[in-house]
Amino acid sequence: MDAPDLTGLKGQPLPQRPAFQRFLGSTAVSVAIYTAVMVVIVYSSYVGAKNMGYNWQWNRVPQFLYSFTDDGFQLGEIGYGLLATIQLSATAFALAVVLGLLVALLRLSGLVMGTAVSIGFLEFVRNIPLLVLLYLFYYVLGPIFGYDRYWASILTLAVFHSALISEIFRAGINAVDKGQWEAAKSIGMRSEQIYRYIILPQSIRFMLPPMTGEAVHLIKSSAIVSVIAVAELTTVGRNIISDTFMSFEIWFTVAIVYMAVTLILSVGVTYLEHRYTVDQ
Amino acid sequence: MSDAKPIIEATHLDKFYGDFHALKDIDLTVHQGEKMVICGPSGSGKSTLIRCFNGLEWHNSGTLVIDGIEVHEQSKQMRGLRQEVGMVFQQFNLFPHLTVLENLMIGPMKVRRLTRGQAEETARKYLDRVHIPEQADKYPAALSGGQQQRVAIARSLCMETRIMLFDEPTSALDPEMINEVLDVMVELAHSGMTMVVVTHEMGFARKVADTMVFMEQGEIVEVSSPDRFFTSPSSERCRLFLNQILEY
Ligand SMILES: Nc1ncnc2c1ncn2[C@@H]1O[C@H](COP(=O)(O)OP(=O)(O)OP(=O)(O)O)[C@@H](O)[C@H]1O
Ligand SMILES: [Mg+2]
Repeated sequence: MDAPDLTGLKGQPLPQRPAFQRFLGSTAVSVAIYTAVMVVIVYSSYVGAKNMGYNWQWNRVPQFLYSFTDDGFQLGEIGYGLLATIQLSATAFALAVVLGLLVALLRLSGLVMGTAVSIGFLEFVRNIPLLVLLYLFYYVLGPIFGYDRYWASILTLAVFHSALISEIFRAGINAVDKGQWEAAKSIGMRSEQIYRYIILPQSIRFMLPPMTGEAVHLIKSSAIVSVIAVAELTTVGRNIISDTFMSFEIWFTVAIVYMAVTLILSVGVTYLEHRYTVDQ
Repeated sequence: MSDAKPIIEATHLDKFYGDFHALKDIDLTVHQGEKMVICGPSGSGKSTLIRCFNGLEWHNSGTLVIDGIEVHEQSKQMRGLRQEVGMVFQQFNLFPHLTVLENLMIGPMKVRRLTRGQAEETARKYLDRVHIPEQADKYPAALSGGQQQRVAIARSLCMETRIMLFDEPTSALDPEMINEVLDVMVELAHSGMTMVVVTHEMGFARKVADTMVFMEQGEIVEVSSPDRFFTSPSSERCRLFLNQILEY
């Protein structure tokens, strides 16, 4: 094999990629390929479903999203299901953040007990399937402490995600230079003041992207509470299907609604993050 | 100095990092209003010593009395004491998410419990003292190193501390900015502040020091007046060290 002669390339710009690779890599071609793939998938599932004798009734779907009656605009069942999912997820997320922060602070406290408790909690949560955790909170702890299925769902999601969120907090807090601690201590601030005024405001920058990921993750895993029949998007989907037998249309619709919500969330936070960094 | 009252008294101070003996049997007294300059080779324990003076590190044995109160890790007075003992760091350690003014106001507001108005008045007063009143609304990242270090000095002054510790305050600065920081420190010295300064800026030491301290390998090798120190240090090691740093 001949060694390529590289001597002539010294000090010159990097060789361009071959023309056909550049062509494949361009935006227009990427979009075209993506569209083509999507068309093939959608078309083949459509044809496949038809061959199964499936009767597509997309025209009956919009009424489940919204409708216009004499009273004006009305949300449909899926619309209300979405609101319920958002409410459930938001409550669980808020709780998960509080719990996650506590666990992270315990872990960072340097106290032997604190570290042990938080590590125990993390290992417990991390090694149990979400579904089992849900059953535990609903069938076991629910009757003991007397809360309903709605709170069982919120607690399950909050506890499960607080484990991951506490790691985000820990990483974010550790990412702040230790000189900040020393400076704050040397002007006499107490630990909780240092966290509140000095450390956490600086670590938000590091935590925002993974926190968003976690929020998206939580919204998606909230679908699991449909197994204990808590009214939310996935449960609503199941109910509609048992009434109408339009399983293909409804599952597609539910999937797209989830996707829309999580995409809007991600884009919104990216925008916030951008503004936040520009401000400094 | 002998008639002034002692404000920091260390006796038989020992400090270990694991097995490493970082401070060995340190005896040192700083009097009110005294300017002490500590020098010595890298790793000799200078930072460790002054960090013990404001509770960023704790001694393992011996006694440390600050302003008449004995301090140790279990005692709860240290935070109150930190309000008496300010510290300026090599790396400035300003709070990057706060403006210059907010950097100066946060201590007075959260620790000294001043109102926002009082805190701002204090902050502006000390920002004037370090000659950068016009930078009040900028973020630290927009300032030069010398300006940042002067803000850090002002931040400590805002706590109206009685003792100021400096840990190599100019060694992270570009040469052309060293003097603006040293000038501020000289003015501070003339105002009567008690100062303990770890530095190798011997020009500064000659100008303000009442006492020179030389450390090596965790021990205090020499304590003397600047006159003695620069002309006829009693220890050979100290003389060699001075020759080295004064060569350039
Ligand atoms: N947190 C720590 N853990 C273990 N060893 C440490 C720690 N801090 C300092 N040391 C060691 O203690 C010794 C003294 O360190 P110190 O920072 O006080 O020296 P220094 O005189 O300030 O040196 P320099 O001029 O480099 O700042 C060094 O050998 C250092 O490696
Ligand atoms: Mg040092």
